[in-house]
Amino acid sequence: MSLATLVLLADGRLPSGGHAHSGGLEPQIAAGRVRDIRELDGFLRGRLATGGLVSAAFAAAACGDVGRAAELDAGLDARTPSPALRRASRAQGRALLRAGRAMWRLASLPSREPHQPVALGALASAAGLTPVEAAVAAAHGTISGSAGAAVRLLGLDPYAVHALLARLAPECDRIAALAARRHGDPVDDLPAAGAPLLDIGAEHHATWEVRLFAS
Amino acid sequence: MRASAAVVAETDGRGGTRLAVLRGESPLLPRRTGPRSAGGATVHLVGGAAGPLRGDDLRLDIEVGPGATLEMFSVAASLALPGRPGPPSRLTITARVAAGATLRWLPEPLIAAAGCDHVAVTRVEVAAGGTLLWRDDLVCGRHGEPSGAVRADTTIRYAGVTLHRHELAVGPGAPGWDGAAVLGGGRAVGTLVAAGPGLPNTGMAGLPNTGMAGLPGAGVAGLPDTGVAGLPDTGVAGLPDTGVAGPNAAVMPMAGPGVLATAVGADIREVRAALDPLCRRPAVAF
Repeated sequence: MSLATLVLLADGRLPSGGHAHSGGLEPQIAAGRVRDIRELDGFLRGRLATGGLVSAAFAAAACGDVGRAAELDAGLDARTPSPALRRASRAQGRALLRAGRAMWRLASLPSREPHQPVALGALASAAGLTPVEAAVAAAHGTISGSAGAAVRLLGLDPYAVHALLARLAPECDRIAALAARRHGDPVDDLPAAGAPLLDIGAEHHATWEVRLFAS
Repeated sequence: MRASAAVVAETDGRGGTRLAVLRGESPLLPRRTGPRSAGGATVHLVGGAAGPLRGDDLRLDIEVGPGATLEMFSVAASLALPGRPGPPSRLTITARVAAGATLRWLPEPLIAAAGCDHVAVTRVEVAAGGTLLWRDDLVCGRHGEPSGAVRADTTIRYAGVTLHRHELAVGPGAPGWDGAAVLGGGRAVGTLVAAGPGLPNTGMAGLPNTGMAGLPGAGVAGLPDTGVAGLPDTGVAGLPDTGVAGPNAAVMPMAGPGVLATAVGADIREVRAALDPLCRRPAVAF
């Protein structure tokens, strides 16, 4: 294990296109549901407990055994009813693999465009990280991207947004630990927490002609 | 309280459906209703007691044999209530739908009364060539009260492959459930899963593309989803139009052979407005 490697993998500056995605925040802002730090807090907590938990569990599972990539990928398909979110996840998975191939020696995966958590787990494994570290990177990634987008979309005070992220760090650790404990479970038994408004928002967002973020 | 109920529908050999098993215990009492001539069988669940209350362990097993058609409703919403300290109340529903069979599960909503602690587990297995319409509505608290805790855990498998895997937690103990990612202050949520090869368009026709007029499901319908290795994106001929269905609803083609519609509303009426038109019985009698 290498803490510096974990920081590298979780860094928002990793050239994997993550900055192009708001994690579902842009449509919720447009719908008037997120206007300030308090509402961003509610959004991020819900996202962490749903998509964050699922991403963390699948990243941990892929990190623990990259040979499960195909079944994990199918498991994420079954957990992602929104085609817009499936496309966004696969686009991010593909970009992550591209960066990861340049950084480490990746195991070959059955798909060139896996879901993002599967790609993240494969990178973590190649980097010598453990499942719980992959889970931390995944959980952190689900909220840090949205938080960054909130600064740009709402013009929120970046200090206040980072203060919020600091308050959420223990919850991020808790979710990651919960996810990592289950990483060896059969795919159907892995977390499947859904977030209806993220699905609905993603479908609406995909119909917009002009948007700042890809998802 | 522990109680179990079972409904087994099979073809009667004359183009109709007979109920080989129809048994239950309070509070789960299945009753055959509707005309006998329609080809399919209709069953209503009648609540024989209050609840589910904390500590209750209820189970409903549904089986629809090859060529049979079963439509299930409930006469009233079920109300999850608090009870004496103990384990959460639990309702486990299993359903098996054979090839050439149809199950339409269209119950009234579950209401999470303040203080309840309820777990709803759903396991549905549809054989290749079977048809499913599965509706679940949830209301977070009675009028003017905070929501109780409900955790729904749903798995729908089609032809041996998991088509839909979903958990939803609301109320105390579910972080961010009322935040803008999950229900955003909405007090009602509904989900409708349609799966199968021969689902007539009419089954989910009348899709109210309201609120997004001029955008006929654009951007979502027909866009191919990259298939996962070994999981061909078969698509389902004749499945409903997909797209957005009102400001807080969407109709989404899943990666496997099915469509999921979901709606969030300030109250159950908004959810019904989005989903009920998708549940209308096909114009062709089954």
